[in-house]
Amino acid sequence: MSGLRELYQEVIFDHNRHPRNFGKLEGANRYAVGHNPLCGDRLTLYLKVENDLIKDARFEGMGCAISTASASLMTERLKGMTVADAEDLFGRFHDLLTNAATDDDTAALGKLTVLLGVREYPARVKCATLAWHTLHAALANQEQSVTTE
Amino acid sequence: MSSQKAQITPGPAPALDAARLRADFPILHQQVHGKPLVYLDNAATTQKPRQVIEALDHYYNTDNANIHRGVHTLSQRATDAYEGAREKVRRFINAADLCEIIFVRGATEGINLVAQSYGRPRFKAGDEILISAMEHHSNIVPWQMLCEQTGALLKVAPINDAGELVLDEFHKLLSPRTKLVAVVHISNALGTINPVREIIAAAHGVGAVVLLDGAQAVAHAAVDVRALNCDFYVFSSHKLYGPTGVGVLYGKRELLEAMPPYQGGGDMIRMVSFKKTEYNSLPYKFEAGTPHIAGGIGLGAAIDYVTAVGLEAIAAYEDDLLGYATEQALTVPGLRLIGTARAKAAILSFVLERIHPHDIGTIVDHEGVAIRTGHHCAMPVMDFFNVPATARASLALYNTRDDVDRFIAALHKVNEVFA
Repeated sequence: MSGLRELYQEVIFDHNRHPRNFGKLEGANRYAVGHNPLCGDRLTLYLKVENDLIKDARFEGMGCAISTASASLMTERLKGMTVADAEDLFGRFHDLLTNAATDDDTAALGKLTVLLGVREYPARVKCATLAWHTLHAALANQEQSVTTE
Repeated sequence: MSSQKAQITPGPAPALDAARLRADFPILHQQVHGKPLVYLDNAATTQKPRQVIEALDHYYNTDNANIHRGVHTLSQRATDAYEGAREKVRRFINAADLCEIIFVRGATEGINLVAQSYGRPRFKAGDEILISAMEHHSNIVPWQMLCEQTGALLKVAPINDAGELVLDEFHKLLSPRTKLVAVVHISNALGTINPVREIIAAAHGVGAVVLLDGAQAVAHAAVDVRALNCDFYVFSSHKLYGPTGVGVLYGKRELLEAMPPYQGGGDMIRMVSFKKTEYNSLPYKFEAGTPHIAGGIGLGAAIDYVTAVGLEAIAAYEDDLLGYATEQALTVPGLRLIGTARAKAAILSFVLERIHPHDIGTIVDHEGVAIRTGHHCAMPVMDFFNVPATARASLALYNTRDDVDRFIAALHKVNEVFA
């Protein structure tokens, strides 16, 4: 059970039960749809970007506890970040989950490190990264949907 | 008198001793996350008995050679073993003729072969292909591709809330425009057993041919293609305790005779020159290239195995186990079954309130229980039930009530973790 508790930390349960920034964002000027074809999960991310600053971020969709918590934690973190910093964070988060991370990356992630547990579950890494791939697409303003494949 | 009565009312099926049969499956005797493995993902693929593993081993250790072309001893042995397996398949599904058994890579390739070789030269704009709303992607996409190529139209017969085909609607969708009906014999996502005899009779009534996708059916019920009177039947070896990478297309001889080859290459020809090529006779016309020889032989060994256990005994045993599993599952708080057809086999698809199937899958895996989670390659079924995915436990002849108890305990654990 120790590995399981590592994966399902209290913060994750909390964000799964009460996702922050959940629902459509009125006035969004960037959005993207993320899709995990392996499980059929879909997630829509809305951003309001002004002068290169992420003013607001919200998401909609249905997913597992890991994917919902990851999206919730991500939107919480994004508010007030510059586009460049958000892209940097995406890179660090991705590296962290694919084991290419440095201590520096781990430090930069702060609260997001609760998602680190998925590294022991290769089949679940895509659950944690779905929201982030969607962010990457939204920042690039790609209109088409992205997938985790 | 008593013998007459026995003919009318089938007696109790011969008993199946799952505990003894488990000894034939080496893979089952291992621990996962420190707990004895409970394998309940049989609809995805079944485990292989040592009789099948030994057949593969024996072939590669003693008989390996290419078939149908050598005069040397090994080639003859390999050919005899491979063609012997074809005869086992013929008997297993009670086909009339050996030439009606085409070895393919699996059920998927069998369906694609029929779409491209039967459908493509014949179908035209205005023709219709009728499928059901519970099909696996492999019995949807090849027909969509064929429709794009020919201008034919794909029609879908609906299902009801129990996951059963709505027969009235099915009948209404049949018309002289319907050229082919393709339906699943037993649904992989729901467990529904379709009323295939009625479907076939009705389809023949409007002049349509019928393909049955038997991928889930062959391991759980005796299949007699002549009694069913289906035109095509496909299944995969690996869901029938055999190796992956091989499967069977059965087709009625006169239909197969009239169809052009699916792929060109070696073995499917009688004579080749640069001016003209004469194709080989059935079944070789559809078997271009060196086939999965070991796989075919392994499938033959798998058929020997299930035949020795007895398909009727397997069906009766699994039906009882499914009843027990269903009863026990309904005691789990928040559990909702997806697929509650009256005629159902071996599959328990479900969701838990507020807990995503992926989370269920990870947690029960920690308890040593292997189930499938996801859309089961049947996304339209998920859409119909308005769920993104389900969790699915699927049974085989080696599962026991102990397995079911471990599975149910693992589901209680899921609820506990998410409490």
